[in-house]
Amino acid sequence: MTATVNSANRLQLTRRSFIRVSAAAAGGLLVSLYLDLPLIAQESAKPKLQVYPPDAFVHIKPDGTVLITVNRLEFGQGVQTSLPMVLADELDADWSQVRTELAPAADIYKDPLFGIQFVGGSNSIAHSFEQYRELGARTRAMLVAAAADLWKTSPSQCRTEASVVYGPGGKSATYGQLAEAAAKQPIPATVQLKNRPQFRLVGKRVPRLDSRPKCDGSLKFGLDLDIPGMKIAMVAHPPVFGGRVKSLDDKTARGVEGVLDVFEIPLVKGTGVAIVADKFWTAKQARDRLKVEWDLSAVEHADSTQLSAKYKELARTPGNVAVSRGDEKAMDAVTPGNRMVVEYEFPYLAHTPMEPLNTTIRYDGDRAEAWVGSQFQTVDQMAIAEVLSLRPEQVTFHTEMAGGGFGRRAVSDSHVQREAAAIAKRLRGVPVKLVWTREDDVRGGYYRPMHVHRVEIGIGPDGMPAAWRHVIVGQSILAGTPFAAMMVKNGVDETAVEGAVGTHYNIPNFHVSVHHPTINVPVLWWRSVGHTHNAFVMETLIDELATRARINPIVYRRKLLKADAGKLRRALDLMDEKSASWRTTLPKGHALGVSCHESFGTAVACAVDVSIENNRPKIHRVTIGVDPGIAVNPLTIESQFQGGSAFGVSQLMAKGAITLKDGRVEQRNFDSYTPPYINDAPIAVDVHIVPNSEQPTGCGEPPVPVISPAVVNALAALTGRRYRSLPLVSL
Amino acid sequence: MKTYKLTVNGELREVIADPGTPLLWVLREELKMTGTKYGCGIGACGACTVHLAGVATRSCTVPVSLVGNRPIVTIEAMAEDPIGRVVQDAWVLHDVVQCGYCHSGQIMTAVALLKSMPNPTETDIEESMGGNLCRCGTYVRIREAIKAAAQQLK
Repeated sequence: MTATVNSANRLQLTRRSFIRVSAAAAGGLLVSLYLDLPLIAQESAKPKLQVYPPDAFVHIKPDGTVLITVNRLEFGQGVQTSLPMVLADELDADWSQVRTELAPAADIYKDPLFGIQFVGGSNSIAHSFEQYRELGARTRAMLVAAAADLWKTSPSQCRTEASVVYGPGGKSATYGQLAEAAAKQPIPATVQLKNRPQFRLVGKRVPRLDSRPKCDGSLKFGLDLDIPGMKIAMVAHPPVFGGRVKSLDDKTARGVEGVLDVFEIPLVKGTGVAIVADKFWTAKQARDRLKVEWDLSAVEHADSTQLSAKYKELARTPGNVAVSRGDEKAMDAVTPGNRMVVEYEFPYLAHTPMEPLNTTIRYDGDRAEAWVGSQFQTVDQMAIAEVLSLRPEQVTFHTEMAGGGFGRRAVSDSHVQREAAAIAKRLRGVPVKLVWTREDDVRGGYYRPMHVHRVEIGIGPDGMPAAWRHVIVGQSILAGTPFAAMMVKNGVDETAVEGAVGTHYNIPNFHVSVHHPTINVPVLWWRSVGHTHNAFVMETLIDELATRARINPIVYRRKLLKADAGKLRRALDLMDEKSASWRTTLPKGHALGVSCHESFGTAVACAVDVSIENNRPKIHRVTIGVDPGIAVNPLTIESQFQGGSAFGVSQLMAKGAITLKDGRVEQRNFDSYTPPYINDAPIAVDVHIVPNSEQPTGCGEPPVPVISPAVVNALAALTGRRYRSLPLVSL
Repeated sequence: MKTYKLTVNGELREVIADPGTPLLWVLREELKMTGTKYGCGIGACGACTVHLAGVATRSCTVPVSLVGNRPIVTIEAMAEDPIGRVVQDAWVLHDVVQCGYCHSGQIMTAVALLKSMPNPTETDIEESMGGNLCRCGTYVRIREAIKAAAQQLK
């Protein structure tokens, strides 16, 4: 998900925010930052009472422990380490005493710039950097004021370091000692933030805080949750999206020992059959024995082969205009020999996070409690409340640690939570954990949409693109969601065209339009969203143009980049410098591939060393240049880029496609939809960060778009073929 | 339902389960040992890897009735295992994990590798780790950590 907010708004918003403080029940200091108005909020259209729960962002305990609450989901991206770093830095906290926790769903924890609590658009750090700095700085100021009062001196005579306030005459007091007195201090209206050189943690390679429990099996993910009396639920879904139960024979299923209940439930579209049992295996056995006759007559049976033909047909006609720059007739001036027309095709993609989807809910009549590894806490909380006829604040919503997500846990219709709530409603008083098996996940929809691109390029005498006509065909992710009002304009879903319309290449006559057919397949954002296909198209075509012009691909890109593409230019220059030694000494049978792309405000350039082994690309080395503004935690950024490179290779896997035949998904598990294993992923990835003191931008998604075009560009150099249809079934 | 006597991390445990129940779910739901993860249920991702009589095994595809008297070792015992501890430490030192969900299985596979091959080559690593999926793509650091652990164990 993307949305751009200019920095002026961001600053204004920070100033409008205010802080509430209270003495913690358990002793110590609690500080909460409240925002009076979400800037971008579909929820804010409806006036509602703002409820401020007694939760906090910072809790300094008398023993000196600094507990920092993270208003985001941790699902691998490292935010549970990096956001506390930001706060702890301004607080001058002793990092070894910092502990962290994930926030439950609450208004106070909503994104400062959006009206919901979420992780998406790579903006956890981008949006909460200033918020967490302010929280840290204000807390520090209150601790200093408390110390100054104690020592009858002025705050300006005090300094802080590693959770200790030092005063005149060798006086000192720890934050733990001062916490209670600090809680009684007024909250400073303004606070001086550190200058960049004063940072002690920000900019350092700080190891993530959750490594050990993730290595010894002790960390509990949502699926590991065990509550006394808890039951396990599964749902049999219709084989075609939106189908309904026509008749149900559950006799054999109910005969499985341990099965408690079998009943029909409504789905977001259509109906399904829920099974509640004592254990996972019991539920699975029972579900396998259900005999359901489905009514599939009223729903479209999507079929990938037919969709491909239909999309290609559509791509030959202009769609809704996403960008129109320069002269539309410029193409006509280009001689036929200097024109190229190409067509690209991308399949549906499933996210398949390692931890299968799950949600636990207990409904107690006038309230409910939910445990979800959610990227969309307040959205899911509202959905659960709606199903249970409760108000959102009557649903206590715990954010569980999640085993990956990549967008799959940020679903506008909260379909998994709605299923779980419908089941919990019937089993009042009993905690029920709904588990989606891997098969449910692979076949369950909410895919990165299938796309067809048709691009016509007129090449100028200098070998540069003089005219560009680009038609994109694919379902709108946002249509029908609350985000549509904000992010679908003039029939253009910005998540479908991002990465093409905002290209940083200087193409004088540039026209992009889009068709959004309505297809009976639920679609969703997949890590880096529209950039997954748009960057692939742009970066493989630019490479092809460079080859055609007989210009080095890095030089060509540099020539073509707009003058104001500073971030991308710096990333490209750094990659150029850092890959120079190996690029020029590639072994026989290896080839270089390059690409560069900016997404979510972060600019990335990459060079890959690729050979062909067993008819598959072998990626020996990846060198990345990245400009993310301030690099809050360079170690996290390095990890995100290494991991994101592997994630991006998903698009290239031979079995890296979700396809449908007569409405049914043809893949079922990792045997037929296969993400990259260690042998498919790059062997080595070196990441180089451009020094930059501008506001930080995200690093979760930007690694993904660059890798697949770079690999395919290298393959083109090896085989002489251009690859315009993914996945790469054969080379 | 039948009663089974299992040796798990050196302790004798008695469980009552349907004979077809995969060992994975016996560990997770009967013995409440949730360090072993469910990822696919068909032996294709390796998140459920345990050591069965010393062999790295996908516990999601082994019915409890076929375990017999073979000792079971899980991630929960790795901190006490001399090689397991070194591998865990290498994982932490190299900041390997991201979401972390697959890493119980990754570590169990890596420990089995180092027990049989103290000096694995890049190819040995690829071959033995080749069936363990990591959706976050931490593979580069997994390679580094295994090599560092091997070095440490010399």
